[in-house]
Amino acid sequence: MPDGYLPIFVFLPVAILFPVVTLFVAKLVRPSQPTPSKLGAYECGIEPASNSRGRYTVRYYIVAILFVVFDVETVFLYPWAVRYKQLGWFGVAEVAVFLAILIVGYVWAYKKGAFEWV
Amino acid sequence: MIDTALFYVFALMTLGGGILCITRRNAVHAAIWLIASLMGVAGLFLLQRAEFLFAVQIVLYIGGIMVLFLFVIMLINLDTAAAERQYSGQWKLALGAVVLAGGEIAWVMARGLPGLGAAAAVQDGGEGGSDGNVERLADLLFSEYLLPFEIVSILLLAAIVGSVFLARRRTS
Amino acid sequence: MPASFMPSAQEMMRFLPETLLTLAGVFLMVLEAIMAPENKGRLKAFALFALAAALAAAVIAYNDPGPAFNRLLIIDGFATFFRVLVIGVAILAVLGSSQYLAREGANPGEYWALVLFSVVGQSLMVTSNELIMIFIGLEISSIASYVLAGYLRDDARNSESALKYFLLGSFATGFLLYGVAWIYGLTGTTDLSQIRADLANRDISNSMMMIGAACALMFVGFAFKVSAAPFQVWAPDVYQGAPSPVAAFLSSGPKAAAFAMFLRVFVTAFEPVADRWEPIVWASALVTMIVGNFAALRQTNVKRLMAYSSIAHAGYVMVAVATHSKLGIEAAMFYLAAYALTNLGAFAVITCLVGKGERFVEIKDLAGLGARQPLSAAMLTIFLLSLIGVPLTGGFFGKFYIFKAALDARLIWLTVLGLLNSAVAAYYYLRILVVMYMEEPGDTVENTQEMGGALKFVLVGSAVATLVIGTFPSLLLDVASRYAVLGR
Repeated sequence: MPDGYLPIFVFLPVAILFPVVTLFVAKLVRPSQPTPSKLGAYECGIEPASNSRGRYTVRYYIVAILFVVFDVETVFLYPWAVRYKQLGWFGVAEVAVFLAILIVGYVWAYKKGAFEWV
Repeated sequence: MIDTALFYVFALMTLGGGILCITRRNAVHAAIWLIASLMGVAGLFLLQRAEFLFAVQIVLYIGGIMVLFLFVIMLINLDTAAAERQYSGQWKLALGAVVLAGGEIAWVMARGLPGLGAAAAVQDGGEGGSDGNVERLADLLFSEYLLPFEIVSILLLAAIVGSVFLARRRTS
Repeated sequence: MPASFMPSAQEMMRFLPETLLTLAGVFLMVLEAIMAPENKGRLKAFALFALAAALAAAVIAYNDPGPAFNRLLIIDGFATFFRVLVIGVAILAVLGSSQYLAREGANPGEYWALVLFSVVGQSLMVTSNELIMIFIGLEISSIASYVLAGYLRDDARNSESALKYFLLGSFATGFLLYGVAWIYGLTGTTDLSQIRADLANRDISNSMMMIGAACALMFVGFAFKVSAAPFQVWAPDVYQGAPSPVAAFLSSGPKAAAFAMFLRVFVTAFEPVADRWEPIVWASALVTMIVGNFAALRQTNVKRLMAYSSIAHAGYVMVAVATHSKLGIEAAMFYLAAYALTNLGAFAVITCLVGKGERFVEIKDLAGLGARQPLSAAMLTIFLLSLIGVPLTGGFFGKFYIFKAALDARLIWLTVLGLLNSAVAAYYYLRILVVMYMEEPGDTVENTQEMGGALKFVLVGSAVATLVIGTFPSLLLDVASRYAVLGR
């Protein structure tokens, strides 16, 4: 099976080894002087005020759901992109209709203030 | 040979990630292990030459659904959730289900199921061309199945309306 | 090469109702977003106009019946009958909703758009000749329904209803989709006629287990959508919590469409294994009738009672499905049309009577209605009598044809038990009549609200239609028998 995937198998070990090797080499050459403030979380240089695992507002959730919906849209565009040339203007027209309907949804959500941040 | 080796790598990723996902106490860690498991599944799809499913698995599940999962996890109060008792004594039921499902799979593998021949025939029929899985899917989707493709946009539109409408506060 | 798949003008004509509804729904959303609030009253007129145009297009499309879009859709008599029915139900639902929405102070723009989307989905469900299209149509209709059930989102009952409906509904659709996957794996096709041909030609005993699993999975999905036992538990909670006009819509239009696709799939594609699934549908029909009727006996909430009544009526239609004969299909078509009219009418009365915030939903709140609102009470009487199945109402002939078809199909025990069930049902419908006419109004007298013109039209229109069907049943039955043609 993996005829076309040979470059990936060459690339994969390189990708895995690169961070391992760099971190290992860095450990060998760097001086080691840990202090408590070096171990604290970095928040714009100021001391962290509270736990970062607090609750988020529900507005993030609407954004996440809309992201998933448009993610599904991307999945449908992917085959079209692969066969773009062969499908020609007929494919463009099909995708235009598909996108037009979804853009209406986007415009509606925008006008309804779904992306507004209070 | 290399296929078999890769299969075991991906299968290990899938199962190991799954087991770690359900045993971590920290919900965020569990979500990260779920990503590992889903990547293993994506690899298995690739081994089956289902490139489209591979892409969908990465884009939708790891990209989209996992974002949603993590947002949900962050919406709840993690500290109280982690402090609560998590295993409510359902492991007996779970064990029973696992044994039952495992026995079933073993039985089917030993005996074989009559009637599966047609499915194999379909696969062979589709394997003919030199084109990849995505290309063949595109040819079908934009020709024979163009109506479902267009109509799905209405489905997504209804989903947009529903999610925004129900999650948003009523404005004056 | 791809240009050869360009739909012809002929195919576009057959698909015109859905095209019109889609365009109108999308256009409504644009208008809702950009229009000044004071002009939004016109959106309702626009939605009604679009539905009327789609109704006309559905009738015209039958002048040239046949398949469309590579046989994904089929415009046959059966599809046309249900197309007209679901669009007609939507028109009545829109007319019956506006007063309610205004009373609750809800913004109606998205409501009309969602109703239109739901009708697009239902219309696809009844015209589909292919499992993928059936699934997409069902999902469009379902998602729109989930949102409609929770339309007044500040009301906790609405949110509960929408959440339950969404969670259970998605779960049931999963079963359906899994069944579709099994069928595709077994036969290599999703086209209903080809599935039928494949099942007819193969040695069934050899792969019965897998065919059975596929049929069973799809049965779970369909039974949920039509609220047949043992998958009916969601219906009372959803109908009780949803806004009254939405409950009216959900229990007439989408239910009829779900039955249409149930019939088409099981009578077309799974016909070769009919003797295997018949006992299951038989049992489900019986349990549905019993659960619906006996649970309804104990209800004090009017909407919940109507929900159980709708379960019981789904049971009667399941009897028609169990016959899997042409007579049974005709009877189911007749029954679903008659039930939709009666149900919409009964809910129109409830919509008006519950008052702002749906405070008066108990049966005792109906006390003395005969004296307070003679018109509403009289109309509700007609609807209740039709639901019981009293002669001279549409409901009587609906039951009559279904049990006649069942006897012809030699389902004698099911007929006997079904008739006993309708006798039980008479009790709880008559109890409402007694409360309305015999009891003194309590301290809830002030729940009277002037009925708007549109609601009155729905009320009187469906009452007259119920009586006309009941007096001259051949009017509808002739249509049903002429249109009970399933394209193969």
